[in-house]
Amino acid sequence: MKNERMVKIVLGLVFAAFLLAGGLPLRKHRHYQMPVVAGPGVTRVFRLSEMVPSLKGSVADVDVFVLEGKEPGGKALIMGGTHANEPAGIITALLMIENAVVEKGTLYIIPVFNASAGRNTKPGDGYPLYFDIPTSWGAKRFRMGNRDASPLEQWPDPDVYIHYPDKQLLSYLDVRNTNRTWPGRPDGPLMERVTFAAMELMRKEKVSIAVDMHGAETMFPVTNCIVAPEKSAKIATIASMTVKAMEGFDNHVEPSPANFRGLSHREIGDYSDTWPFLLEAPIPFLDQPTGPKTPKLMLDGKDPFLLSLSRKKKLFVPYDENGWSMEKRAGQHTSVTLEIFRQYSKKYPESAIRLSGVPRYADIVKNGVGFYFHDPAKADLKFIYYE
Amino acid sequence: MNIVMILYYLITAYLVFILGWNFVREKKSVSNLILGLLVLAPLILRLLRVK
Repeated sequence: MKNERMVKIVLGLVFAAFLLAGGLPLRKHRHYQMPVVAGPGVTRVFRLSEMVPSLKGSVADVDVFVLEGKEPGGKALIMGGTHANEPAGIITALLMIENAVVEKGTLYIIPVFNASAGRNTKPGDGYPLYFDIPTSWGAKRFRMGNRDASPLEQWPDPDVYIHYPDKQLLSYLDVRNTNRTWPGRPDGPLMERVTFAAMELMRKEKVSIAVDMHGAETMFPVTNCIVAPEKSAKIATIASMTVKAMEGFDNHVEPSPANFRGLSHREIGDYSDTWPFLLEAPIPFLDQPTGPKTPKLMLDGKDPFLLSLSRKKKLFVPYDENGWSMEKRAGQHTSVTLEIFRQYSKKYPESAIRLSGVPRYADIVKNGVGFYFHDPAKADLKFIYYE
Repeated sequence: MNIVMILYYLITAYLVFILGWNFVREKKSVSNLILGLLVLAPLILRLLRVK
Protein backbone atom coordinates (compact mmCIF):
# COMPACT_ATOMS: atom_id res chain seq x y z
CA MET A 1 0.00 0.00 0.00
CA LYS A 2 1.54 3.30 -1.08
CA ASN A 3 1.20 6.35 1.14
CA GLU A 4 -0.12 4.15 3.94
CA ARG A 5 -0.28 6.97 6.43
CA MET A 6 -2.19 9.26 4.10
CA VAL A 7 -4.68 6.51 3.13
CA LYS A 8 -5.40 5.77 6.78
CA ILE A 9 -5.87 9.43 7.65
CA VAL A 10 -8.27 9.94 4.74
CA LEU A 11 -10.23 6.75 5.55
CA GLY A 12 -10.33 7.68 9.23
CA LEU A 13 -11.68 11.13 8.43
CA VAL A 14 -14.32 9.76 6.05
CA PHE A 15 -15.29 7.20 8.70
CA ALA A 16 -15.57 9.91 11.37
CA ALA A 17 -17.69 12.05 9.03
CA PHE A 18 -20.09 9.17 8.36
CA LEU A 19 -20.24 8.32 12.06
CA LEU A 20 -21.04 11.91 12.99
CA ALA A 21 -23.56 12.34 10.15
CA GLY A 22 -25.39 9.19 11.20
CA GLY A 23 -24.81 9.25 14.94
CA LEU A 24 -25.56 12.86 15.84
CA PRO A 25 -29.18 12.84 14.56
CA LEU A 26 -29.74 9.55 16.39
CA ARG A 27 -28.28 10.97 19.59
CA LYS A 28 -30.42 14.09 19.26
CA HIS A 29 -33.49 11.92 18.64
CA ARG A 30 -32.76 9.85 21.73
CA HIS A 31 -32.42 12.90 23.97
CA TYR A 32 -35.24 14.96 22.44
CA GLN A 33 -37.72 16.15 25.05
CA MET A 34 -41.23 17.06 24.09
CA PRO A 35 -42.91 19.64 26.32
CA VAL A 36 -46.38 18.79 27.59
CA VAL A 37 -48.56 21.48 29.10
CA ALA A 38 -50.55 20.06 32.00
CA GLY A 39 -54.09 21.31 31.61
CA PRO A 40 -56.56 22.66 34.20
CA GLY A 41 -57.69 19.13 35.10
CA VAL A 42 -54.29 17.81 36.16
CA THR A 43 -54.16 17.68 39.95
CA ARG A 44 -50.85 15.89 40.44
CA VAL A 45 -48.13 14.01 38.58
CA PHE A 46 -46.08 11.12 39.87
CA ARG A 47 -43.59 8.66 38.46
CA LEU A 48 -44.18 4.99 37.77
CA SER A 49 -41.27 4.18 40.13
CA GLU A 50 -43.65 4.93 43.02
CA MET A 51 -45.10 1.52 42.20
CA VAL A 52 -41.83 -0.29 41.44
CA PRO A 53 -38.84 1.54 43.00
CA SER A 54 -36.30 -0.26 40.79
CA LEU A 55 -37.56 1.80 37.81
CA LYS A 56 -36.16 4.96 39.42
CA GLY A 57 -33.45 6.60 37.35
CA SER A 58 -34.25 4.57 34.25
CA VAL A 59 -35.82 5.78 31.00
CA ALA A 60 -38.78 3.56 31.84
CA ASP A 61 -39.69 5.70 34.87
CA VAL A 62 -42.43 7.67 33.13
CA ASP A 63 -44.88 10.32 34.31
CA VAL A 64 -48.37 9.41 35.44
CA PHE A 65 -50.73 12.39 35.19
CA VAL A 66 -53.60 12.33 37.66
CA LEU A 67 -56.85 14.19 37.01
CA GLU A 68 -59.09 14.08 40.08
CA GLY A 69 -62.69 15.18 40.10
CA LYS A 70 -64.32 17.17 42.91
CA GLU A 71 -66.74 14.32 43.36
CA PRO A 72 -65.44 10.82 44.16
CA GLY A 73 -66.31 8.15 41.62
CA GLY A 74 -64.73 5.47 39.48
CA LYS A 75 -61.09 5.40 38.42
CA ALA A 76 -59.65 4.82 34.98
CA LEU A 77 -56.15 4.36 33.61
CA ILE A 78 -55.44 5.55 30.07
CA MET A 79 -52.25 4.44 28.35
CA GLY A 80 -50.74 5.76 25.13
CA GLY A 81 -47.41 4.83 23.60
CA THR A 82 -47.42 1.17 24.56
CA HIS A 83 -46.17 0.85 20.99
CA ALA A 84 -44.35 4.07 20.17
CA ASN A 85 -44.79 3.57 16.41
CA GLU A 86 -48.56 3.91 16.88
CA PRO A 87 -48.57 7.54 18.01
CA ALA A 88 -52.32 8.25 17.85
CA GLY A 89 -52.47 6.79 21.37
CA ILE A 90 -49.80 9.22 22.61
CA ILE A 91 -51.54 12.14 20.93
CA THR A 92 -54.93 11.19 22.37
CA ALA A 93 -53.46 10.86 25.87
CA LEU A 94 -51.84 14.29 25.52
CA LEU A 95 -55.10 15.82 24.26
CA MET A 96 -56.72 14.58 27.45
CA ILE A 97 -53.90 15.78 29.72
CA GLU A 98 -53.99 19.25 28.15
CA ASN A 99 -57.79 19.62 27.97
CA ALA A 100 -59.74 17.24 30.18
CA VAL A 101 -61.40 18.32 33.40
CA VAL A 102 -62.73 15.50 35.54
CA GLU A 103 -65.98 16.22 37.33
CA LYS A 104 -66.50 12.85 38.98
CA GLY A 105 -63.95 10.11 39.51
CA THR A 106 -60.23 9.99 38.76
CA LEU A 107 -58.19 9.57 35.60
CA TYR A 108 -54.61 8.28 35.54
CA ILE A 109 -52.98 9.01 32.20
CA ILE A 110 -49.64 7.62 31.05
CA PRO A 111 -49.01 9.27 27.68
CA VAL A 112 -45.78 7.45 26.83
CA PHE A 113 -46.03 4.06 28.44
CA ASN A 114 -42.92 2.58 26.80
CA ALA A 115 -40.55 5.54 26.82
CA SER A 116 -37.63 3.38 25.74
CA ALA A 117 -39.49 2.31 22.57
CA GLY A 118 -40.07 6.02 21.89
CA ARG A 119 -36.28 6.38 21.71
CA ASN A 120 -35.88 3.41 19.39
CA THR A 121 -35.77 3.83 15.61
CA LYS A 122 -36.48 1.55 12.67
CA PRO A 123 -33.93 2.44 9.99
CA GLY A 124 -34.58 -0.80 8.07
CA ASP A 125 -38.09 0.41 7.28
CA GLY A 126 -36.95 3.98 6.65
CA TYR A 127 -38.92 5.45 9.54
CA PRO A 128 -38.57 9.20 9.98
CA LEU A 129 -37.08 10.36 13.26
CA TYR A 130 -39.83 12.91 13.94
CA PHE A 131 -43.16 14.14 12.71
CA ASP A 132 -44.69 17.57 13.27
CA ILE A 133 -48.29 18.42 14.08
CA PRO A 134 -49.23 21.90 12.85
CA THR A 135 -50.79 24.20 15.45
CA SER A 136 -51.76 27.87 15.49
CA TRP A 137 -48.55 28.67 17.42
CA GLY A 138 -46.17 26.57 15.27
CA ALA A 139 -45.33 22.92 14.81
CA LYS A 140 -45.47 20.55 17.75
CA ARG A 141 -42.71 18.01 17.21
CA PHE A 142 -43.15 14.36 18.14
CA ARG A 143 -40.41 11.78 18.28
CA MET A 144 -41.15 8.76 16.09
CA GLY A 145 -40.47 5.57 17.98
CA ASN A 146 -40.60 1.85 17.39
CA ARG A 147 -42.71 -1.05 18.64
CA ASP A 148 -40.17 -2.44 21.09
CA ALA A 149 -37.97 -0.94 23.78
CA SER A 150 -34.47 0.04 22.76
CA PRO A 151 -31.73 -2.55 23.31
CA LEU A 152 -29.85 0.31 25.01
CA GLU A 153 -32.25 -0.11 27.94
CA GLN A 154 -32.89 -3.85 27.87
CA TRP A 155 -30.39 -6.23 26.37
CA PRO A 156 -29.49 -8.97 25.45
CA ASP A 157 -32.68 -10.62 24.22
CA PRO A 158 -33.32 -14.28 25.00
CA ASP A 159 -33.57 -16.84 22.16
CA VAL A 160 -37.23 -17.24 23.05
CA TYR A 161 -39.23 -15.07 25.43
CA ILE A 162 -40.85 -17.26 28.06
CA HIS A 163 -43.83 -15.30 29.27
CA TYR A 164 -44.23 -14.85 33.01
CA PRO A 165 -46.16 -16.43 34.70
CA ASP A 166 -47.82 -18.55 31.99
CA LYS A 167 -44.58 -19.83 30.43
CA GLN A 168 -45.98 -19.42 26.92
CA LEU A 169 -43.21 -19.22 24.33
CA LEU A 170 -43.23 -15.89 22.52
CA SER A 171 -40.91 -14.27 20.00
CA TYR A 172 -37.55 -13.18 21.44
CA LEU A 173 -38.44 -9.57 20.53
CA ASP A 174 -41.51 -9.63 22.74
CA VAL A 175 -39.36 -9.39 25.85
CA ARG A 176 -39.08 -5.69 24.90
CA ASN A 177 -42.73 -5.32 23.86
CA THR A 178 -44.90 -3.83 26.62
CA ASN A 179 -47.94 -5.44 25.09
CA ARG A 180 -46.52 -8.92 25.67
CA THR A 181 -44.96 -8.50 29.11
CA TRP A 182 -48.18 -8.13 31.13
CA PRO A 183 -48.74 -8.75 34.03
CA GLY A 184 -45.01 -8.48 34.63
CA ARG A 185 -43.01 -9.01 37.81
CA PRO A 186 -41.10 -6.67 40.14
CA ASP A 187 -37.71 -8.27 39.52
CA GLY A 188 -38.02 -9.23 35.83
CA PRO A 189 -36.57 -7.57 32.74
CA LEU A 190 -37.19 -3.82 32.53
CA MET A 191 -40.35 -4.03 30.40
CA GLU A 192 -41.88 -6.62 32.74
CA ARG A 193 -41.23 -4.17 35.59
CA VAL A 194 -43.00 -1.41 33.62
CA THR A 195 -46.13 -3.50 33.13
CA PHE A 196 -45.94 -4.73 36.72
CA ALA A 197 -45.83 -1.11 37.92
CA ALA A 198 -49.01 -0.36 35.95
CA MET A 199 -50.62 -3.50 37.42
CA GLU A 200 -49.68 -2.31 40.91
CA LEU A 201 -51.18 1.10 40.16
CA MET A 202 -54.45 -0.53 39.11
CA ARG A 203 -54.52 -2.91 42.09
CA LYS A 204 -53.55 -0.32 44.72
CA GLU A 205 -55.78 2.46 43.44
CA LYS A 206 -58.66 0.10 42.66
CA VAL A 207 -58.88 1.26 39.06
CA SER A 208 -62.12 0.18 37.38
CA ILE A 209 -61.23 0.68 33.71
CA ALA A 210 -57.98 0.49 31.75
CA VAL A 211 -57.81 1.80 28.20
CA ASP A 212 -54.72 0.93 26.15
CA MET A 213 -54.63 2.87 22.85
CA HIS A 214 -52.99 1.39 19.77
CA GLY A 215 -52.96 1.48 15.99
CA ALA A 216 -53.05 -1.44 13.58
CA GLU A 217 -52.46 -1.97 9.89
CA THR A 218 -55.39 -1.69 7.48
CA MET A 219 -54.43 -5.17 6.21
CA PHE A 220 -54.68 -6.65 9.71
CA PRO A 221 -58.12 -7.90 10.77
CA VAL A 222 -57.83 -6.66 14.35
CA THR A 223 -58.16 -2.98 13.53
CA ASN A 224 -60.84 -0.33 13.92
CA CYS A 225 -62.03 -2.13 17.02
CA ILE A 226 -62.09 -2.58 20.77
CA VAL A 227 -60.36 -5.74 22.00
CA ALA A 228 -61.98 -6.87 25.22
CA PRO A 229 -61.99 -9.97 27.43
CA GLU A 230 -65.20 -11.56 28.68
CA LYS A 231 -65.57 -9.20 31.68
CA SER A 232 -65.37 -6.03 29.53
CA ALA A 233 -67.22 -7.39 26.50
CA LYS A 234 -70.66 -6.03 27.30
CA ILE A 235 -69.49 -2.44 27.83
CA ALA A 236 -67.22 -2.70 24.79
CA THR A 237 -70.08 -3.91 22.59
CA ILE A 238 -72.47 -1.14 23.64
CA ALA A 239 -69.73 1.50 23.31
CA SER A 240 -68.76 0.20 19.87
CA MET A 241 -72.35 0.13 18.62
CA THR A 242 -73.03 3.59 20.01
CA VAL A 243 -70.07 5.32 18.36
CA LYS A 244 -70.84 3.54 15.11
CA ALA A 245 -74.45 4.72 15.17
CA MET A 246 -73.97 8.19 16.63
CA GLU A 247 -70.57 9.33 15.37
CA GLY A 248 -70.39 7.74 11.95
CA PHE A 249 -67.17 5.77 12.08
CA ASP A 250 -66.82 2.05 11.83
CA ASN A 251 -65.94 0.03 14.92
CA HIS A 252 -66.38 -3.49 16.18
CA VAL A 253 -65.43 -5.68 19.14
CA GLU A 254 -62.80 -8.40 19.02
CA PRO A 255 -62.72 -10.95 21.83
CA SER A 256 -59.46 -11.15 23.73
CA PRO A 257 -58.09 -14.66 23.10
CA ALA A 258 -57.65 -16.52 26.39
CA ASN A 259 -54.68 -18.54 25.11
CA PHE A 260 -52.57 -15.64 23.83
CA ARG A 261 -50.69 -14.37 26.84
CA GLY A 262 -48.94 -11.16 27.77
CA LEU A 263 -51.39 -8.70 26.21
CA SER A 264 -52.94 -5.88 28.23
CA HIS A 265 -56.51 -6.81 27.25
CA ARG A 266 -55.94 -10.31 28.63
CA GLU A 267 -53.64 -10.03 31.65
CA ILE A 268 -55.05 -6.83 33.22
CA GLY A 269 -58.42 -8.53 33.45
CA ASP A 270 -56.99 -11.81 34.72
CA TYR A 271 -54.64 -10.35 37.33
CA SER A 272 -56.71 -7.46 38.73
CA ASP A 273 -60.29 -6.33 39.19
CA THR A 274 -59.84 -3.76 36.42
CA TRP A 275 -61.77 -4.08 33.15
CA PRO A 276 -59.35 -3.72 30.23
CA PHE A 277 -60.12 -2.30 26.78
CA LEU A 278 -57.56 -2.15 24.00
CA LEU A 279 -58.42 0.29 21.23
CA GLU A 280 -57.16 -0.18 17.68
CA ALA A 281 -57.41 2.54 15.03
CA PRO A 282 -56.17 1.95 11.46
CA ILE A 283 -52.71 3.32 10.76
CA PRO A 284 -51.73 3.01 7.07
CA PHE A 285 -48.14 3.98 7.92
CA LEU A 286 -47.61 0.52 9.46
CA ASP A 287 -48.84 -1.44 6.44
CA GLN A 288 -46.05 -3.13 4.51
CA PRO A 289 -47.08 -2.40 0.88
CA THR A 290 -46.97 1.39 1.03
CA GLY A 291 -44.80 4.07 -0.50
CA PRO A 292 -42.03 5.73 1.55
CA LYS A 293 -42.62 5.94 5.31
CA THR A 294 -42.78 9.71 5.46
CA PRO A 295 -44.14 12.04 8.17
CA LYS A 296 -46.87 12.95 5.66
CA LEU A 297 -47.98 9.32 5.42
CA MET A 298 -48.00 9.18 9.22
CA LEU A 299 -50.26 12.23 9.40
CA ASP A 300 -52.63 11.87 6.45
CA GLY A 301 -52.55 8.11 5.92
CA LYS A 302 -52.90 8.53 2.16
CA ASP A 303 -51.18 5.92 0.06
CA PRO A 304 -51.80 4.96 -3.59
CA PHE A 305 -50.78 1.33 -3.08
CA LEU A 306 -53.25 0.85 -0.24
CA LEU A 307 -55.89 2.56 -2.34
CA SER A 308 -55.28 0.03 -5.10
CA LEU A 309 -55.49 -2.82 -2.57
CA SER A 310 -58.69 -1.36 -1.17
CA ARG A 311 -60.27 -1.49 -4.64
CA LYS A 312 -59.31 -5.16 -4.74
CA LYS A 313 -60.98 -5.60 -1.33
CA LYS A 314 -57.75 -6.64 0.37
CA LEU A 315 -58.10 -4.28 3.35
CA PHE A 316 -60.07 -4.77 6.54
CA VAL A 317 -61.22 -1.15 6.73
CA PRO A 318 -62.99 1.14 4.29
CA TYR A 319 -60.24 3.13 2.57
CA ASP A 320 -60.50 5.82 -0.11
CA GLU A 321 -58.62 8.85 -1.46
CA ASN A 322 -59.02 10.59 1.90
CA GLY A 323 -56.68 8.08 3.58
CA TRP A 324 -56.88 7.58 7.31
CA SER A 325 -55.59 10.72 9.01
CA MET A 326 -54.19 11.26 12.48
CA GLU A 327 -57.34 13.32 13.18
CA LYS A 328 -59.56 10.32 12.46
CA ARG A 329 -57.39 7.99 14.54
CA ALA A 330 -57.12 10.28 17.57
CA GLY A 331 -60.82 11.19 17.24
CA GLN A 332 -61.80 7.53 17.24
CA HIS A 333 -59.73 6.97 20.39
CA THR A 334 -61.25 9.89 22.29
CA SER A 335 -64.81 9.05 21.25
CA VAL A 336 -64.50 5.35 22.05
CA THR A 337 -62.82 6.08 25.40
CA LEU A 338 -65.49 8.62 26.38
CA GLU A 339 -68.21 6.19 25.32
CA ILE A 340 -66.70 3.39 27.41
CA PHE A 341 -66.72 5.75 30.42
CA ARG A 342 -70.31 6.77 29.69
CA GLN A 343 -71.57 3.23 29.39
CA TYR A 344 -69.67 2.15 32.51
CA SER A 345 -71.09 5.13 34.42
CA LYS A 346 -74.62 4.24 33.35
CA LYS A 347 -74.13 0.70 34.61
CA TYR A 348 -72.40 1.71 37.86
CA PRO A 349 -73.62 5.24 38.73
CA GLU A 350 -71.94 5.16 42.18
CA SER A 351 -68.52 4.77 40.53
CA ALA A 352 -69.20 6.91 37.49
CA ILE A 353 -66.42 8.73 35.63
CA ARG A 354 -67.51 12.07 34.19
CA LEU A 355 -65.25 14.51 32.39
CA SER A 356 -65.50 17.51 30.11
CA GLY A 357 -63.22 19.36 27.73
CA VAL A 358 -62.19 16.33 25.66
CA PRO A 359 -63.01 16.74 21.97
CA ARG A 360 -64.78 13.90 20.21
CA TYR A 361 -64.27 12.43 16.73
CA ALA A 362 -66.18 15.07 14.74
CA ASP A 363 -64.49 17.98 16.59
CA ILE A 364 -60.99 16.62 16.03
CA VAL A 365 -61.61 15.80 12.36
CA LYS A 366 -62.99 19.32 11.87
CA ASN A 367 -60.39 21.28 13.84
CA GLY A 368 -57.31 19.08 13.57
CA VAL A 369 -55.38 17.65 16.53
CA GLY A 370 -53.05 20.66 16.65
CA PHE A 371 -55.98 22.87 17.60
CA TYR A 372 -56.08 21.25 21.05
CA PHE A 373 -52.39 21.57 21.98
CA HIS A 374 -51.26 24.52 24.09
CA ASP A 375 -48.19 26.61 23.43
CA PRO A 376 -45.51 25.66 25.99
CA ALA A 377 -43.81 29.04 25.43
CA LYS A 378 -46.87 30.79 26.88
CA ALA A 379 -47.51 28.34 29.71
CA ASP A 380 -46.36 28.71 33.29
CA LEU A 381 -43.20 26.61 33.77
CA LYS A 382 -44.74 24.73 36.69
CA PHE A 383 -47.30 23.22 34.29
CA ILE A 384 -44.74 21.97 31.78
CA TYR A 385 -43.54 18.38 31.81
CA TYR A 386 -41.10 16.81 29.39
CA GLU A 387 -41.83 13.47 27.82
CA MET B 1 -27.83 -2.28 33.83
CA ASN B 2 -27.49 -5.96 34.59
CA ILE B 3 -24.25 -7.93 34.74
CA VAL B 4 -24.77 -9.61 31.35
CA MET B 5 -25.27 -6.21 29.70
CA ILE B 6 -22.08 -4.91 31.34
CA LEU B 7 -20.18 -7.96 30.06
CA TYR B 8 -21.50 -7.35 26.54
CA TYR B 9 -20.28 -3.75 26.71
CA LEU B 10 -16.86 -4.97 27.82
CA ILE B 11 -16.77 -7.42 24.88
CA THR B 12 -17.82 -4.59 22.54
CA ALA B 13 -15.05 -2.36 23.87
CA TYR B 14 -12.54 -5.19 23.40
CA LEU B 15 -13.67 -5.68 19.78
CA VAL B 16 -13.37 -1.95 19.14
CA PHE B 17 -9.83 -2.04 20.49
CA ILE B 18 -8.89 -5.08 18.37
CA LEU B 19 -10.38 -3.58 15.20
CA GLY B 20 -8.62 -0.29 15.88
CA TRP B 21 -5.34 -2.09 16.44
CA ASN B 22 -5.82 -4.05 13.17
CA PHE B 23 -6.45 -0.74 11.39
CA VAL B 24 -3.15 0.62 12.68
CA ARG B 25 -1.26 -2.60 11.85
CA GLU B 26 -2.70 -3.17 8.36
CA LYS B 27 0.00 -2.50 5.75
CA LYS B 28 -1.23 -4.09 2.51
CA SER B 29 -4.94 -3.96 1.81
CA VAL B 30 -7.11 -0.85 1.57
CA SER B 31 -10.15 -3.18 1.36
CA ASN B 32 -9.31 -4.62 4.76
CA LEU B 33 -9.05 -1.12 6.20
CA ILE B 34 -12.49 -0.20 4.83
CA LEU B 35 -14.08 -3.47 5.95
CA GLY B 36 -12.63 -3.01 9.44
CA LEU B 37 -14.14 0.46 9.67
CA LEU B 38 -17.53 -0.81 8.49
CA VAL B 39 -17.54 -3.39 11.26
CA LEU B 40 -16.39 -0.77 13.74
CA ALA B 41 -19.30 1.65 13.11
CA PRO B 42 -22.15 -0.14 14.96
CA LEU B 43 -19.83 -1.12 17.80
CA ILE B 44 -18.85 2.50 18.40
CA LEU B 45 -22.49 3.63 18.20
CA ARG B 46 -23.39 1.01 20.82
CA LEU B 47 -20.48 1.92 23.10
CA LEU B 48 -21.51 5.57 22.97
CA ARG B 49 -25.09 4.47 23.69
CA VAL B 50 -26.38 6.17 20.55
CA LYS B 51 -27.89 3.17 18.76
